[in-house]
Amino acid sequence: MSAITLKNVTKRFGDVTVIPGIDLSIEDGEFVVFVGPSGCGKSTLLRLIAGLEDVSAGVIDIDGADVTGTAPAKRGLAMVFQSYALYPHMSVAGNIGFPLRMAGESKEAIDKKVRAAAATLNLTDYLHRKPRELSGGQRQRVAIGRAIVREPKGFLFDEPLSNLDAALRVNMRLELSELHAQLKTTMIYVTHDQVEAMTMADKIVVLNRGHIEQVGSPLTLYNKPDNLFVAGFIGSPKMNFLGPTYAKEHGAATVGVRPEHIKISKESGLIKGTAGVAEHLGSDTFVHVHVAPDQMITVRTSGDSVLRHGDTVWLTPDEDRLHRFDAQGKAIR
Amino acid sequence: MATEHSRATARLMISPAVLLLLAWMIVPLALTLYFSFLRYNLLMPGMEEWAGFLNYKFFLTDPAFFSAVWKTLELVGGVLIITVVGGILLALLLDQQFWGQGAVRILVIAPFFVMPTVSALVWKNMFMNPVNGLFAYLAKVFGLPPFDFLAQAPMLSIIMIVAWEWLPFATLILLTALQSLDSEQLEAAEMDGASFISRFFYIVLPHLSRAITVVILIQTIFLLSTFAEILVTTNGGPGTATTNLTYLVYVQSLLQFDVGGGSAGGVVAIILANIVAIFLMRMIGKNLDA
Ligand SMILES: Nc1ncnc2c1ncn2[C@@H]1O[C@H](COP(=O)(O)OP(=O)(O)O)[C@@H](O)[C@H]1O
Ligand SMILES: [Mg+2]
Repeated sequence: MSAITLKNVTKRFGDVTVIPGIDLSIEDGEFVVFVGPSGCGKSTLLRLIAGLEDVSAGVIDIDGADVTGTAPAKRGLAMVFQSYALYPHMSVAGNIGFPLRMAGESKEAIDKKVRAAAATLNLTDYLHRKPRELSGGQRQRVAIGRAIVREPKGFLFDEPLSNLDAALRVNMRLELSELHAQLKTTMIYVTHDQVEAMTMADKIVVLNRGHIEQVGSPLTLYNKPDNLFVAGFIGSPKMNFLGPTYAKEHGAATVGVRPEHIKISKESGLIKGTAGVAEHLGSDTFVHVHVAPDQMITVRTSGDSVLRHGDTVWLTPDEDRLHRFDAQGKAIR
Repeated sequence: MATEHSRATARLMISPAVLLLLAWMIVPLALTLYFSFLRYNLLMPGMEEWAGFLNYKFFLTDPAFFSAVWKTLELVGGVLIITVVGGILLALLLDQQFWGQGAVRILVIAPFFVMPTVSALVWKNMFMNPVNGLFAYLAKVFGLPPFDFLAQAPMLSIIMIVAWEWLPFATLILLTALQSLDSEQLEAAEMDGASFISRFFYIVLPHLSRAITVVILIQTIFLLSTFAEILVTTNGGPGTATTNLTYLVYVQSLLQFDVGGGSAGGVVAIILANIVAIFLMRMIGKNLDA
């Protein structure tokens, strides 16, 4: 268990500044998700915290102790890699027990802890197998097992679910959340998938080109995005951005409204459009409405919507739920 | 689609090549076998007669034979140890990022392109020569008496020369294998608290095991027949200190003009090489499947 603090952490690769200086504090026991588009520096930031990369400037504290120059193993953090990075010539038991063996623990102690970890992760029947004889989900579990036996101060996950199929991903998401609830250890989780971020995080850190765009709970980010980037990134389907004439009427450069805050009607409304593709999810229907030749607005309606492709419809945004942004993309509140 | 018909055609088409290769291999082998059962001495032309297993009896009971088998194993073993250990160390070094990496890699591979005869002569005359050699010069600089390598440590000297020739091959294969190691595995091990040494023994070495097997198998096949290096440096001596099986066969058939005895020696060498190969395959070949 531990609190992690970053002060002006900067990373340059040669002339390229990947992270121009980040300040962030992560509380003890929090589940923090770093989310952002591919290439924005999430992995780099995680590797800086792990100690696998050296910072170019700045300070990293764990539990108040400066660990900026400390070797990865001495920081007490465990990491789960995107490729799992299992040791292919060792059995599952060998993989899970490896950190303990490196720590010089006795054979019996290792055996006991490996069995305990395997039991938590449903791996007991596979302990003697080699990684290549396991499915993707099982490999993932072994990687997690190898992390938890060490009883680390914190876990670092780098897109751990991105190699799994969709159904398994949903499952593993729940299991990871369950694991966090059990262990109550600080976890830092990197993903480019905002759904993973929204469903798992206590606190989301939205990154864009090495900058922190906003830090907050999932609902804060959803309901009160600080800027256009966060507004567009968080939420699925995406927030709609309405035309400049409409924005000007509301004293903003851009106005956004989420799909569920637009009323759709066949009779009357503020904006006229033509219904396009409707995605029926059963519980909801997302209708894509063409309001101008190059502009489309997504609207959420009830699951039993009967709109047909080509129908003329009227849209009315909920005036109280508008998100207004100034010319720099900052939210106006 | 490989239909019955197209497969038959394919067989027909490659058969000339296969036959040619077969003849290429079978004819010398058959001739050697045939000669090995003859009393056939070049000093007595026209006197060939059937000798049965007499040639084999003489060759196998000759004390020089056992000495030669031992020397062969010594040479092969010595070179394998030096090239595998040295190859791993060099590969680890060359895998690092450093200035002039490309040039250094080409330099390391260069000895492989030097003919065995030439490299052995270079070692003999320019390095190991007790009067003019570089090593003698170095010894003098430190005030030590020069060491006559080829006279005082003949087998070690030959091992050094042959190892120098084969080190590039081992390095190249092991470097390629090393570069295919997933760096995340090393990082995971680093996070797991493994020191540099532990990472080498628990992650890198197991990853290299297959490449090491390949190096050992291929090199053994070639090293069993080392000849040129011995011919141009020690001539098998002093005494029989560097006479391996290949060299013994040469001495028998061409220096003593005993073609029959030499052929018998050749057949024995083939059988021994196959025994070694089977033994090696059994021992480490299991690394190759999977
Ligand atoms: N070792 C490296 N050398 C040079 N550039 C790098 C290195 N590692 C990452 N980068 C660059 O840093 C940026 C961020 O990479 P990364 O942290 O992997 O992104 P993410 O994980 O968010 O997709 C990318 O533009 C990438 O090209
Ligand atoms: Mg990444």
